[in-house]
Amino acid sequence: MILTLRLAWRNLWRHARRTWLTIGAMVFSNVLLVFMISFQFSVYDLMINNSLRAFSGHMQVQAPGYIDDGSMRQTVAEIVPLASRLRQDFPDADIAARASGFVLASSEQRSYGIAVYGVEPAFEPSASSIPGLVTDGRFVESGDEVIIGTVLARNLRVSVGDELTMLGSGRDGSFAAAVMTIVGIFDSGIPDLDRSIAEIPLATFQEVFYMRGSGHQIVINAPTIDSASDYRQRIRALLPDDLELHDWTALQPGLKQAITADLSSSFFVYGVLVILVAFSVLNTGLMSVLERTREFGILMALGIAPGRLGRLVLLETALMGAIGILLGALLGGILTAYFGVTGFVVPGMEEMAVRFNLPARLYPGISVVTLFAGPFVVFLVSILATLYPAFRLNRLQPVEAMRAA
Amino acid sequence: MSAVRCVDVCKTYRQGDEDIHALDHVSIEIANGGFVCLSAPSGGGKTTLLNAIGGLDVPDSGEIYIDEQRIDNLNKGELAALRLQKIGFVFQAFNLIPVLSARENVEFVMQVQGVAADKRRSLAMSILDEVGLGGLEERRPAEMSGGQQQRVAVARAIVSRPALVLADEPTANLDSKTSDELMELFTELNTHHRTTFIIATHDRRVMSYAKRLIKMLDGRIVDDIAQA
Repeated sequence: MILTLRLAWRNLWRHARRTWLTIGAMVFSNVLLVFMISFQFSVYDLMINNSLRAFSGHMQVQAPGYIDDGSMRQTVAEIVPLASRLRQDFPDADIAARASGFVLASSEQRSYGIAVYGVEPAFEPSASSIPGLVTDGRFVESGDEVIIGTVLARNLRVSVGDELTMLGSGRDGSFAAAVMTIVGIFDSGIPDLDRSIAEIPLATFQEVFYMRGSGHQIVINAPTIDSASDYRQRIRALLPDDLELHDWTALQPGLKQAITADLSSSFFVYGVLVILVAFSVLNTGLMSVLERTREFGILMALGIAPGRLGRLVLLETALMGAIGILLGALLGGILTAYFGVTGFVVPGMEEMAVRFNLPARLYPGISVVTLFAGPFVVFLVSILATLYPAFRLNRLQPVEAMRAA
Repeated sequence: MSAVRCVDVCKTYRQGDEDIHALDHVSIEIANGGFVCLSAPSGGGKTTLLNAIGGLDVPDSGEIYIDEQRIDNLNKGELAALRLQKIGFVFQAFNLIPVLSARENVEFVMQVQGVAADKRRSLAMSILDEVGLGGLEERRPAEMSGGQQQRVAVARAIVSRPALVLADEPTANLDSKTSDELMELFTELNTHHRTTFIIATHDRRVMSYAKRLIKMLDGRIVDDIAQA
């Protein structure tokens, strides 16, 4: 085997320039793949974390059907004790209960329809990033306090200390009304949130909307997005059967669709890149087999089976591919690490950045998957591209091959 | 027991509108330890016969036996295995693998045969010494003269002690002194190891070394002479 390896290695350097050109194509595509996949996955992580951390969480406990209908009457009974019990069972997770409804919010000058959320003042700051994004005033603590987003404050022409009148309907269909004092204004960076929601203490919400101790959502954030599915299984096992537990893909289908759509279009581009490399490898493989037809004829005459010669050609490509993986992963890793430190501004990504609460400067991170997935695919496709020239050797007749120039 | 037996072997090529009878009902038998020269003018059929005996070319009809094993009906893989185990080839052009050294060229076939690394190394070194290339083992073909390359090719052909060596114009690219040295090497191997040699040639000096001379013309055997 070592001699075959040595033979394959030396064969590569018979035409060093051609070999380097082929390896160069592999390295170039591998560097691009490593950087782009690392960048892309980092953006997805940010999109998921920032979007979910902002409000919806990794998962939510809800009453059956609430996710589709959002009806005031689809409630989780005794929601505060249930959230408290989950917090005891999962101390590493951030868990907070909420209730929500729609109201007409009116200032002295204007009125807007908004969603109002009753939140647990003690636990909401760890479950959602909104309390931490209060830029003016403070988060709600108790009583008739409310925080609203910057856009809504601007639209209603109100500021901290002003009163906000809320009119809506309670759980039993009765008229619900309250006059709240604005104690804080938040700026999440997500226009939809800043325009259309208000948060009040859960106890006040339950009183105003006749909730009788119930609520609508228990928001749960696992320590990391990767551990979310594990937490989901364990939490599901503890919940009563009449409650549903939805993960983020159900809570924010738009986010998942955006990621899936972006992945699909990217994979198309990656596919084109890999196919171009495959043709370069195929060209090299065919050339190298054709120009060695006579040599292969001799080897066959000596009793070397065509299959073994085919394996030799595949081994030559595998060696080029291995160099391509090593150099590609190394250079791609260095490039990604560099931008991981200095950051990277993607032109034209402003709209996506606003929608998914991304920072203007992105810092791609590297993982084993992002470092080797692309180069490994290039390696496999290169081997596949060499199968054709390798199989051609099976058709070679020793006598005719030896007559080749 | 015969080393090679051909029974009524025919091979026809189509060239334009004309059928060329490269082998026309050829029957020969060569005993173990034979030293035979096939002589014919160009196109006389000697290379075709050599290729058919070596399983490189399949005859249209007739039967070919190596060590009494019929080979004309074997498939590609079986023929390759037969050549690997039983037949050594020496070609007119030396046909070495250019990127391997003399020793590695000799070792390569043994590696395919499954000979252990240390054993094949020592065998290669000793056979290269035997063909007079001691000290040149690590040279690559491009760094050797034609005669030296042909010796490497011979060493490669005989290193695994095949029962049969087929040589096609082995001296065509060598000067007369080197040719004589090569033929003396063949004679020695034939005498000491009882290796059967079949050499296709039209070189009279080469023919003079043979114990038996088979003359061909237009694909037929026209003369079969035992020589002293």
